[in-house]
Amino acid sequence: MVGIVIVSHSAKIAEGIKDLAQQMAQDYTGLECAGGMEDGSIGTDPLRIVEAIKRADHGDGVVVFGDLGSGIMSAEMAIDMLEGEAINAKIVDAPIVEGTIVAAVEASIGSPMERVIEEAVKTREFHKV
Amino acid sequence: MSSRIYNCLSAIADVIEENKDFLTDLDREIGDADHGVNMARGFHAVKEKVPQDETDIGAVLKKTGMTLLSTVGGASGPLYGTAYMEAGKVLAGKTELTAEDFSAALQAAIAGIQKRGKAERGEKTMLDALIPACETFTAKTAEGASFTDALEAACAEANKGIEFTKTIRATKGRASYLGDRSIGHQDPGATSATLTLETILKFLKEN
Repeated sequence: MVGIVIVSHSAKIAEGIKDLAQQMAQDYTGLECAGGMEDGSIGTDPLRIVEAIKRADHGDGVVVFGDLGSGIMSAEMAIDMLEGEAINAKIVDAPIVEGTIVAAVEASIGSPMERVIEEAVKTREFHKV
Repeated sequence: MSSRIYNCLSAIADVIEENKDFLTDLDREIGDADHGVNMARGFHAVKEKVPQDETDIGAVLKKTGMTLLSTVGGASGPLYGTAYMEAGKVLAGKTELTAEDFSAALQAAIAGIQKRGKAERGEKTMLDALIPACETFTAKTAEGASFTDALEAACAEANKGIEFTKTIRATKGRASYLGDRSIGHQDPGATSATLTLETILKFLKEN
Protein backbone atom coordinates (compact mmCIF):
# COMPACT_ATOMS: atom_id res chain seq x y z
CA MET A 1 0.00 0.00 0.00
CA VAL A 2 1.33 3.40 -1.03
CA GLY A 3 1.31 5.92 1.83
CA ILE A 4 0.36 9.60 1.61
CA VAL A 5 1.63 12.53 3.68
CA ILE A 6 -0.17 15.88 3.74
CA VAL A 7 2.17 18.79 4.55
CA SER A 8 0.57 22.10 5.40
CA HIS A 9 1.50 25.20 7.39
CA SER A 10 -1.77 24.67 9.20
CA ALA A 11 -2.63 21.54 11.21
CA LYS A 12 -6.32 22.24 10.53
CA ILE A 13 -5.79 22.29 6.76
CA ALA A 14 -3.86 19.01 6.87
CA GLU A 15 -6.49 17.33 9.07
CA GLY A 16 -9.32 18.72 6.95
CA ILE A 17 -7.84 17.41 3.72
CA LYS A 18 -7.32 14.05 5.39
CA ASP A 19 -11.01 13.97 6.41
CA LEU A 20 -12.09 14.86 2.87
CA ALA A 21 -9.88 12.21 1.29
CA GLN A 22 -10.90 9.61 3.84
CA GLN A 23 -14.54 10.14 2.85
CA MET A 24 -13.63 9.06 -0.68
CA ALA A 25 -11.37 6.19 0.41
CA GLN A 26 -12.94 4.96 3.61
CA ASP A 27 -10.93 1.79 4.22
CA TYR A 28 -7.60 3.34 3.27
CA THR A 29 -5.23 3.57 6.23
CA GLY A 30 -2.16 5.15 4.64
CA LEU A 31 -2.93 8.87 5.17
CA GLU A 32 -0.73 10.83 7.57
CA CYS A 33 -0.63 14.54 8.41
CA ALA A 34 2.32 16.84 9.02
CA GLY A 35 0.52 20.10 9.67
CA GLY A 36 1.80 23.11 11.60
CA MET A 37 4.46 23.17 14.27
CA GLU A 38 4.77 21.00 17.36
CA ASP A 39 3.51 23.86 19.56
CA GLY A 40 0.46 24.34 17.33
CA SER A 41 1.65 27.48 15.57
CA ILE A 42 1.55 28.01 11.82
CA GLY A 43 4.58 26.67 9.97
CA THR A 44 6.22 23.53 8.66
CA ASP A 45 8.76 21.36 10.43
CA PRO A 46 10.99 18.96 8.45
CA LEU A 47 11.37 16.67 11.48
CA ARG A 48 7.60 16.28 11.82
CA ILE A 49 7.44 15.48 8.10
CA VAL A 50 10.14 12.81 8.53
CA GLU A 51 8.03 11.19 11.26
CA ALA A 52 4.86 11.35 9.15
CA ILE A 53 6.63 9.74 6.17
CA LYS A 54 7.88 6.93 8.43
CA ARG A 55 4.34 6.36 9.74
CA ALA A 56 2.92 6.37 6.20
CA ASP A 57 5.49 3.93 4.86
CA HIS A 58 4.21 0.39 4.41
CA GLY A 59 6.96 -0.66 2.01
CA ASP A 60 5.41 0.51 -1.28
CA GLY A 61 6.51 4.14 -1.22
CA VAL A 62 5.11 7.40 0.13
CA VAL A 63 3.78 10.34 -1.86
CA VAL A 64 3.94 13.78 -0.28
CA PHE A 65 1.66 16.75 -0.96
CA GLY A 66 2.65 20.23 0.22
CA ASP A 67 0.89 23.58 0.35
CA LEU A 68 3.01 26.72 -0.10
CA GLY A 69 6.65 27.81 -0.23
CA SER A 70 8.42 26.44 2.80
CA GLY A 71 5.97 23.53 2.91
CA ILE A 72 7.74 22.19 -0.15
CA MET A 73 11.22 23.20 1.07
CA SER A 74 10.64 21.45 4.40
CA ALA A 75 9.34 18.34 2.60
CA GLU A 76 12.43 18.29 0.37
CA MET A 77 14.61 18.56 3.44
CA ALA A 78 12.69 15.75 5.17
CA ILE A 79 13.22 13.46 2.18
CA ASP A 80 16.96 14.30 2.14
CA MET A 81 17.09 13.45 5.85
CA LEU A 82 15.59 10.02 5.11
CA GLU A 83 18.58 9.17 2.94
CA GLY A 84 19.95 5.81 3.96
CA GLU A 85 16.55 4.51 5.04
CA ALA A 86 14.73 2.17 2.70
CA ILE A 87 11.79 4.52 2.11
CA ASN A 88 10.90 5.71 -1.37
CA ALA A 89 9.28 9.11 -0.78
CA LYS A 90 8.41 11.63 -3.50
CA ILE A 91 6.85 15.08 -3.54
CA VAL A 92 3.97 15.32 -6.02
CA ASP A 93 3.65 18.54 -8.01
CA ALA A 94 -0.14 18.79 -7.74
CA PRO A 95 -2.85 20.78 -5.92
CA ILE A 96 -2.85 19.61 -2.32
CA VAL A 97 -6.63 19.03 -1.92
CA GLU A 98 -7.50 17.45 -5.27
CA GLY A 99 -4.17 15.66 -5.51
CA THR A 100 -4.48 14.06 -2.08
CA ILE A 101 -8.03 12.89 -2.73
CA VAL A 102 -7.18 11.30 -6.07
CA ALA A 103 -4.00 9.75 -4.63
CA ALA A 104 -5.96 8.29 -1.70
CA VAL A 105 -8.49 6.69 -4.05
CA GLU A 106 -5.71 5.22 -6.23
CA ALA A 107 -3.69 4.02 -3.24
CA SER A 108 -6.79 2.46 -1.67
CA ILE A 109 -7.31 0.20 -4.69
CA GLY A 110 -3.70 -0.97 -4.46
CA SER A 111 -2.18 1.01 -7.35
CA PRO A 112 1.62 1.23 -7.42
CA MET A 113 3.38 4.49 -6.58
CA GLU A 114 3.99 5.54 -10.22
CA ARG A 115 0.29 5.21 -10.98
CA VAL A 116 -0.72 7.11 -7.81
CA ILE A 117 1.58 9.99 -8.81
CA GLU A 118 0.42 9.93 -12.44
CA GLU A 119 -3.24 10.23 -11.45
CA ALA A 120 -2.59 12.89 -8.81
CA VAL A 121 -0.62 15.04 -11.26
CA LYS A 122 -3.60 15.03 -13.63
CA THR A 123 -5.55 17.09 -11.08
CA ARG A 124 -3.44 20.08 -12.14
CA GLU A 125 -5.72 20.24 -15.18
CA PHE A 126 -9.01 20.05 -13.27
CA HIS A 127 -11.23 23.03 -14.01
CA LYS A 128 -13.83 24.26 -11.55
CA VAL A 129 -16.08 26.33 -13.79
CA MET B 1 30.48 27.71 32.98
CA SER B 2 29.00 28.19 29.55
CA SER B 3 31.26 27.77 26.52
CA ARG B 4 32.38 30.60 24.28
CA ILE B 5 30.40 29.24 21.31
CA TYR B 6 27.27 29.02 23.47
CA ASN B 7 27.74 32.61 24.60
CA CYS B 8 28.16 33.74 21.00
CA LEU B 9 24.96 31.97 19.93
CA SER B 10 23.22 33.42 22.94
CA ALA B 11 24.32 36.90 21.82
CA ILE B 12 22.92 36.19 18.33
CA ALA B 13 19.65 35.04 19.92
CA ASP B 14 19.44 38.29 21.93
CA VAL B 15 20.02 40.44 18.83
CA ILE B 16 17.39 38.51 16.88
CA GLU B 17 14.96 39.00 19.76
CA GLU B 18 15.74 42.75 19.92
CA ASN B 19 15.15 43.02 16.17
CA LYS B 20 12.10 40.77 16.08
CA ASP B 21 9.63 43.54 15.23
CA PHE B 22 12.02 45.20 12.78
CA LEU B 23 12.52 41.93 10.85
CA THR B 24 8.81 41.16 10.91
CA ASP B 25 8.00 44.66 9.62
CA LEU B 26 10.45 44.19 6.73
CA ASP B 27 8.77 40.89 5.97
CA ARG B 28 5.33 42.49 6.16
CA GLU B 29 6.31 44.75 3.25
CA ILE B 30 7.20 41.94 0.86
CA GLY B 31 6.35 38.63 2.51
CA ASP B 32 4.17 36.97 5.09
CA ALA B 33 5.20 39.02 8.14
CA ASP B 34 6.68 36.17 10.10
CA HIS B 35 10.47 36.39 9.72
CA GLY B 36 11.20 38.13 13.03
CA VAL B 37 8.70 36.11 15.03
CA ASN B 38 9.89 32.83 13.50
CA MET B 39 13.57 33.57 13.99
CA ALA B 40 13.04 34.75 17.56
CA ARG B 41 11.10 31.58 18.38
CA GLY B 42 13.87 29.47 16.84
CA PHE B 43 16.72 31.19 18.66
CA HIS B 44 14.84 31.21 21.94
CA ALA B 45 14.71 27.41 21.57
CA VAL B 46 18.43 27.34 20.66
CA LYS B 47 19.28 29.08 23.95
CA GLU B 48 17.26 26.48 25.84
CA LYS B 49 18.23 23.33 23.98
CA VAL B 50 21.91 23.75 23.14
CA PRO B 51 24.06 22.41 26.01
CA GLN B 52 25.77 25.41 27.63
CA ASP B 53 28.99 23.61 28.56
CA GLU B 54 29.60 21.84 25.23
CA THR B 55 32.87 23.14 23.75
CA ASP B 56 32.87 21.19 20.47
CA ILE B 57 31.88 24.00 18.10
CA GLY B 58 30.78 21.57 15.40
CA ALA B 59 28.46 19.71 17.79
CA VAL B 60 26.98 22.97 19.09
CA LEU B 61 26.29 24.29 15.57
CA LYS B 62 24.76 20.98 14.52
CA LYS B 63 22.41 21.07 17.51
CA THR B 64 21.63 24.72 16.69
CA GLY B 65 20.70 23.77 13.13
CA MET B 66 18.49 20.87 14.22
CA THR B 67 16.75 23.10 16.74
CA LEU B 68 16.09 25.86 14.20
CA LEU B 69 14.75 23.23 11.79
CA SER B 70 12.03 22.15 14.17
CA THR B 71 11.12 25.50 15.73
CA VAL B 72 11.35 28.30 13.13
CA GLY B 73 8.43 27.23 10.94
CA GLY B 74 8.98 29.29 7.78
CA ALA B 75 11.52 28.87 4.99
CA SER B 76 14.15 30.30 7.33
CA GLY B 77 13.93 27.04 9.30
CA PRO B 78 15.31 24.74 6.60
CA LEU B 79 17.61 27.52 5.30
CA TYR B 80 19.24 28.63 8.55
CA GLY B 81 18.98 25.06 9.87
CA THR B 82 20.95 23.77 6.88
CA ALA B 83 23.45 26.65 7.16
CA TYR B 84 24.27 25.90 10.80
CA MET B 85 24.36 22.13 10.26
CA GLU B 86 26.71 22.42 7.26
CA ALA B 87 28.97 24.81 9.19
CA GLY B 88 28.87 22.33 12.07
CA LYS B 89 30.06 19.49 9.83
CA VAL B 90 33.10 21.53 8.78
CA LEU B 91 33.90 22.43 12.40
CA ALA B 92 33.32 19.00 13.96
CA GLY B 93 35.67 18.41 16.90
CA LYS B 94 37.05 21.96 16.95
CA THR B 95 37.08 23.95 20.16
CA GLU B 96 38.73 27.04 18.68
CA LEU B 97 38.35 28.77 15.34
CA THR B 98 40.98 30.11 12.99
CA ALA B 99 40.07 32.53 10.20
CA GLU B 100 40.48 29.65 7.74
CA ASP B 101 37.98 27.57 9.76
CA PHE B 102 35.48 30.43 9.81
CA SER B 103 35.86 30.96 6.08
CA ALA B 104 35.38 27.24 5.36
CA ALA B 105 32.34 27.08 7.65
CA LEU B 106 30.78 30.15 6.03
CA GLN B 107 31.36 28.73 2.57
CA ALA B 108 29.77 25.43 3.58
CA ALA B 109 26.80 27.28 5.08
CA ILE B 110 26.32 29.28 1.88
CA ALA B 111 26.56 26.15 -0.28
CA GLY B 112 23.92 24.52 1.93
CA ILE B 113 21.57 27.51 1.64
CA GLN B 114 22.01 27.56 -2.14
CA LYS B 115 21.23 23.87 -2.46
CA ARG B 116 18.24 24.00 -0.11
CA GLY B 117 16.79 27.21 -1.53
CA LYS B 118 17.79 26.57 -5.15
CA ALA B 119 18.91 30.20 -5.17
CA GLU B 120 21.77 32.21 -6.59
CA ARG B 121 23.20 35.60 -5.77
CA GLY B 122 21.06 38.47 -7.13
CA GLU B 123 17.64 37.03 -6.26
CA LYS B 124 16.96 39.26 -3.23
CA THR B 125 17.79 36.71 -0.55
CA MET B 126 20.19 36.29 2.36
CA LEU B 127 22.78 35.15 -0.20
CA ASP B 128 23.13 38.75 -1.39
CA ALA B 129 24.59 39.61 2.02
CA LEU B 130 26.38 36.35 2.80
CA ILE B 131 28.24 35.71 -0.46
CA PRO B 132 29.99 39.11 -0.70
CA ALA B 133 30.71 38.98 3.04
CA CYS B 134 32.30 35.54 2.72
CA GLU B 135 34.34 36.54 -0.34
CA THR B 136 35.64 39.62 1.44
CA PHE B 137 36.45 37.75 4.65
CA THR B 138 38.39 35.11 2.73
CA ALA B 139 40.26 37.67 0.61
CA LYS B 140 41.15 39.87 3.59
CA THR B 141 42.50 37.00 5.67
CA ALA B 142 44.53 35.80 2.67
CA GLU B 143 46.08 39.29 2.58
CA GLY B 144 47.06 38.89 6.22
CA ALA B 145 44.28 40.85 7.95
CA SER B 146 43.33 39.82 11.49
CA PHE B 147 40.15 37.80 12.09
CA THR B 148 38.22 40.79 13.42
CA ASP B 149 39.51 43.22 10.76
CA ALA B 150 38.48 40.76 8.04
CA LEU B 151 35.09 40.25 9.66
CA GLU B 152 34.62 44.01 9.98
CA ALA B 153 35.21 44.36 6.23
CA ALA B 154 32.87 41.41 5.62
CA CYS B 155 30.09 43.07 7.65
CA ALA B 156 30.49 46.25 5.59
CA GLU B 157 30.01 44.17 2.43
CA ALA B 158 26.98 42.42 3.95
CA ASN B 159 25.43 45.82 4.61
CA LYS B 160 26.10 46.83 1.02
CA GLY B 161 24.39 43.58 0.09
CA ILE B 162 21.30 44.65 2.04
CA GLU B 163 21.29 47.95 0.12
CA PHE B 164 21.62 46.01 -3.11
CA THR B 165 18.53 43.92 -2.29
CA LYS B 166 16.50 47.15 -2.30
CA THR B 167 17.33 47.66 -5.97
CA ILE B 168 16.26 44.28 -7.31
CA ARG B 169 13.09 42.29 -7.62
CA ALA B 170 12.51 39.04 -5.75
CA THR B 171 12.34 35.81 -7.69
CA LYS B 172 12.38 33.45 -4.71
CA GLY B 173 9.96 32.91 -1.86
CA ARG B 174 6.74 34.69 -1.00
CA ALA B 175 8.17 38.07 -2.13
CA SER B 176 8.32 36.80 -5.70
CA TYR B 177 4.50 36.94 -5.81
CA LEU B 178 4.89 40.74 -5.72
CA GLY B 179 7.09 40.96 -8.83
CA ASP B 180 8.33 44.52 -9.43
CA ARG B 181 6.51 45.74 -6.32
CA SER B 182 9.23 44.05 -4.29
CA ILE B 183 11.74 46.62 -5.60
CA GLY B 184 12.54 49.34 -3.05
CA HIS B 185 12.30 47.03 -0.05
CA GLN B 186 15.26 45.42 1.67
CA ASP B 187 15.27 41.67 2.08
CA PRO B 188 14.51 40.43 5.62
CA GLY B 189 16.74 37.35 5.21
CA ALA B 190 19.72 39.43 4.07
CA THR B 191 19.06 41.63 7.09
CA SER B 192 18.98 38.80 9.64
CA ALA B 193 22.09 37.24 8.08
CA THR B 194 23.94 40.58 8.39
CA LEU B 195 22.79 40.99 11.99
CA THR B 196 24.24 37.54 12.68
CA LEU B 197 27.66 38.43 11.24
CA GLU B 198 27.70 41.78 13.06
CA THR B 199 26.90 40.06 16.34
CA ILE B 200 29.73 37.56 15.86
CA LEU B 201 32.08 40.53 15.21
CA LYS B 202 30.89 42.39 18.30
CA PHE B 203 31.19 39.23 20.39
CA LEU B 204 34.76 38.59 19.21
CA LYS B 205 35.78 42.18 19.96
CA GLU B 206 34.32 42.06 23.46
CA ASN B 207 35.37 38.53 24.43
